[in-house]
Amino acid sequence: MKLNGIFKKPKNELEHQGRKPKAIGGVKKKPQEKELPGRFQKTPEISEENRQGQEPQKEKPREAVRVCPACKKEIPLSVLSRSYYVCGCGHHFRVGPRTRIRMLADRDSFQELFSQLESENILEFEGYEEKLEQARAASGEKEGVVCGTAEINGKKCALFVMNSFFMMGSMGTVVGEKITRLFEYALEHRLPVVGFTVSGGARMQEGILSLMQMAKTSGAVKRHSQAGLFYLTVLTDPTTGGVTASFAMEGDIIMAEPGATVGFAGARVIEQTIRKKLPEGFQKAEFLLEHGFVDLITPRAYQRRVIALLLAMHSGQMVFASDEVEQRRSYEIDLAREARPERERNGEKEPGNFSCGSDENEDEENRKGMDTNQEEGAVI
Amino acid sequence: MSKGADFLSAYDRVRLARAKGRPTAKSYIHQIFSGFIQLHGDRRFGDDPAVIGGVAVLKHMPVTVIGIERGTDTKSKLAHHFGSPNPEGYRKALRLMKQAEKFKRPVICFVDTAGAYCGIGAEERGQGQAIAENIMEMMGLRTQIISIFIGEGGSGGALALAAADQVWMLENAIYSVISPEGCASILWKDAKQVEAAAENLKLTAEDLLALGVADRIFQEPVPGEKGRREEGLDFEYLCDSIREALWESLSVSRKLDMQTLLELRYERFRRFGKRP
Repeated sequence: MKLNGIFKKPKNELEHQGRKPKAIGGVKKKPQEKELPGRFQKTPEISEENRQGQEPQKEKPREAVRVCPACKKEIPLSVLSRSYYVCGCGHHFRVGPRTRIRMLADRDSFQELFSQLESENILEFEGYEEKLEQARAASGEKEGVVCGTAEINGKKCALFVMNSFFMMGSMGTVVGEKITRLFEYALEHRLPVVGFTVSGGARMQEGILSLMQMAKTSGAVKRHSQAGLFYLTVLTDPTTGGVTASFAMEGDIIMAEPGATVGFAGARVIEQTIRKKLPEGFQKAEFLLEHGFVDLITPRAYQRRVIALLLAMHSGQMVFASDEVEQRRSYEIDLAREARPERERNGEKEPGNFSCGSDENEDEENRKGMDTNQEEGAVI
Repeated sequence: MSKGADFLSAYDRVRLARAKGRPTAKSYIHQIFSGFIQLHGDRRFGDDPAVIGGVAVLKHMPVTVIGIERGTDTKSKLAHHFGSPNPEGYRKALRLMKQAEKFKRPVICFVDTAGAYCGIGAEERGQGQAIAENIMEMMGLRTQIISIFIGEGGSGGALALAAADQVWMLENAIYSVISPEGCASILWKDAKQVEAAAENLKLTAEDLLALGVADRIFQEPVPGEKGRREEGLDFEYLCDSIREALWESLSVSRKLDMQTLLELRYERFRRFGKRP
């Protein structure tokens, strides 16, 4: 995926580090971080050995690597898992819901809801059971969305995260039901909703009933909204079809991940219809920003902080200065500058009180997911 | 269903729904209502010819009418973008619905589209957002909404005018999440499988009535089937029965208080895929 000149200098993170061999551990910590524990949690550290990247790690045999589709560099999975699955060039890899929740939520704060719901072949659609079996095996999940409640920097919210590794996050009746229930739950408990969308669209194996989920979820969003509650959507790669045409675009604030494809009709379908090549960057998050359909693009490394601040601002309470609020006058993020994570520019060590990707299972989630052919089951 | 139509396969219905010479939204609007005044424009970008709308009188009741018009001959088909609305079409529809809400008029939508317009401009102007907004606003619109499927009901592009209290379908209308052609080529990588896809998708009026997606079916005259015409089932008769049904249904639902109406609408969609 091209980033279309958004990152003016698409320098590779690994390359950059190679020219700047400063020992990261040697830099002093900021004093206020010690004084204000429990404020915004810092981004996790990429260890220096891993940043060097090119040399394989000592005792281990050659480890799994991923090729960045944007800059074509090979990145060890262990490096990726410590950098939010973001390549140094700014490319955001797709991640599974468990990983995302751990990158976002306060440690151990996530309580899953409605996890028992499973899809059935309600319309007796040919071959659907097999597809479901494959998807369950490939993703280790029962369905294409994970719902629950979580705290983000101490702010409680209802959270749903869709799963691109489960039939491309397509929306069937269970996905619709879980999201609807989450909004109903959030309405009852007066919680804001944060939703990460990724979807090929409505799930055609559930036919018209999938389409009905668009109205069902929208109805629930409307009620939640009418009660004065806050809904934030984060559009991730790719969000298309029936999900774009329903709850993904219904947030009070719509955030997108850099480079995410977001649209209604699929690019291939449009190309076939109009018989023309589509312009560079068509349907990317930056294209949507330019056309006024997303509020902001936030790199993954910043999402936790920006989301926490937004939740605080919509909590109906005063927002008191935290180290984050003081340090950053504005969250107008300069994407060119932010192509590399902040800690790297400052060359300082920040204590991360959660680490990203240390869990075997979650690495597994992404390993599996990245290997499967994700186009299967993509719809509309 | 009448006897003559029993043998029709799902794909036959698809063919009939798309058949040349099938009446379009304009003909229904002119036949069912009187005094139709067309209103144009979304007040944001433009006026989409694929969506026609305005105010009209149903017997004695002022109503807001919105329809997706596909055109009847090549020239008018081109002029109406073959009945595939752009975002401004959906935004015009929403504007008219909001107007109906303000003046307490029921909204009646005629749906007949292969799907929302597929093109660069449509995406640039937020096709997905326009549809999402329509659905969400319709779920909370404080007036009655009845949608009638008169031909093809293509996916989100159709649902954007069908998040309604009642969804009625003509006997040979279809409503589907994806066209059988699209489904066959994505799932089975074989365009010849359209018949199987049409069968699997459960897109006929009869199937949709059984699933609760449609609330009512109207028999329609079928070209070439003389028997029906002799029985009096022609276009005028069909429109008369739709008019009577609308009048009857709206007279009942206008007595409901708004909260109940909205509750019923929510429940209408809430039940699809509801799990214990």
